Amino acid sequence: MRKVTLVQVLIVAGGIALLELLTREGITDRLTMIPPSQMAAHLWDMARVGALAEPLAHTLGNVAIAFVLSVAVGAAIGFAVHAAPRLRRLADPLLASYYAVPFFVFYPLLIAIFGLNRWPLVMIGFVFGAAAMVIATLNGLDRVPRVLRKVARVHGLGPVAEALRVTLPAAAPHLFTGLKLALAYCFIGVIAGEFILSGEGLGHAIAYAYDSFDNPTMYALMLLVVVLAIGVNASLHLWEQRLIARRRQS
Amino acid sequence: MNPANPRAGLSAVSTVFPAREGHPAVHALGPVDLDLAAGEFVAVVGPSGCGKTTLLETLAGLTRPTSGSVTFEGRPVAGGVPAGIGVVFQEDASFPWLNVWDNIAFGLRRAGVAAAEIRARVDYAVGFMGLSGFVRAYPAQLSGGMRQRVCIARTLVLQPRLILLDEPFGALDQQTRLLMGDELLRLWRETKASVLLITHAIDEAVMLADRVGIMSARPGRFIELIATGWPAARTSAVVADEAFGRLTARVWSQLRGESLRALGREAPEATEP
Repeated sequence: MRKVTLVQVLIVAGGIALLELLTREGITDRLTMIPPSQMAAHLWDMARVGALAEPLAHTLGNVAIAFVLSVAVGAAIGFAVHAAPRLRRLADPLLASYYAVPFFVFYPLLIAIFGLNRWPLVMIGFVFGAAAMVIATLNGLDRVPRVLRKVARVHGLGPVAEALRVTLPAAAPHLFTGLKLALAYCFIGVIAGEFILSGEGLGHAIAYAYDSFDNPTMYALMLLVVVLAIGVNASLHLWEQRLIARRRQS
Repeated sequence: MNPANPRAGLSAVSTVFPAREGHPAVHALGPVDLDLAAGEFVAVVGPSGCGKTTLLETLAGLTRPTSGSVTFEGRPVAGGVPAGIGVVFQEDASFPWLNVWDNIAFGLRRAGVAAAEIRARVDYAVGFMGLSGFVRAYPAQLSGGMRQRVCIARTLVLQPRLILLDEPFGALDQQTRLLMGDELLRLWRETKASVLLITHAIDEAVMLADRVGIMSARPGRFIELIATGWPAARTSAVVADEAFGRLTARVWSQLRGESLRALGREAPEATEP
């Protein structure tokens, strides 16, 4: 293990150990915080009796749909905007101020449009994730060396083949950043949406436990969400590292 | 040499890049006329910014001229790069996501060549360009000169009938340039391709080419096309030939004033060598 990784692991482990100590010794009020070991144990119990399956499937389903939509639509918009400089001049300031808009205020409107089902949540996740993908796609395409496009033309590649065989792989490191951000934003959008108004999903289950003063369940689910988000992001990060390792100077 | 039936040619070609975003229009090139015979090696020298790369990209079909016509094997070049033309660019144009072998095989796979033939041609090019032992390496793990050799190999395996090289040895040291020049000459003799080499280096142009085209400062026009008179079986040893110094001096005497003009300075009277 590299030294920096070891230090990172030690910091996280130290934080958990400190929390365990504070809660076990009663320094922190049990109504406010429970020991991490109890969170994990309760999460395990919930998993054993099958209490997690339904909210987990609901949330992950919504995140997956929002993520796929964000990536596909975001990348397509990125390619289209990059190909049209006038559109780019129009889109740049909008994209720069995009995340200043508090999209959650539109949640009631989305319910009015889509009904009280999963789609308002998916749309919230999508609206959050797509812009990150558009920005990352534009960044990536901006950095594709012009000479590689010329090589594509010399080899007789048409616009689609050029996009798939040259532009996309050349821009891949930036697109991967977009994937990671889009996934994180989809998680935030979906779970926060479930928290506010939904009757299903992990966000709703956390809110319900909170309203019921069910601290063990609330913290167990929060732990699950954190572990999920970190796990998925770490997997993407490892995949990204493997892909770009070959592009680095050895 | 002015071939009656050239492999490729530019006729009264002029390129003006239109004005945009506060920058005035730029008359980059021409009018220029140039014919390349089958199997002929022409080098082009000229001051920086004189339109040499525009000339090459026009001949390749990558840039559309404002006026004039471009032909390759008797057919007009318009709206794309014709099959049979290979281009090696000045910048690093290797694909960083592909290893050396896959980089070189890129065009062959695209062209649908049979796997056994791809293997044979790529293996030959790898050996020819001195890349054996690096076939599984990625461009980031290679030196600039080796990456350029990968790009040259990627072009050569397609067996182009017209090879356009835009300062391909710019990133190499002098000794390697001489050696690569020898390799280029060997390759040119083997493939019987026509070659157009754009270069800054006068000695390189004189050593390699059958004819050296000297371009004026922008808008680039040919001031003179000098036949070197070297035999086809030449090598870098011609640098020791008495004629080499004479030819180099002649090219420089033409180019000096243009280079000063490109720098925005008056050209003093040139002295004949």
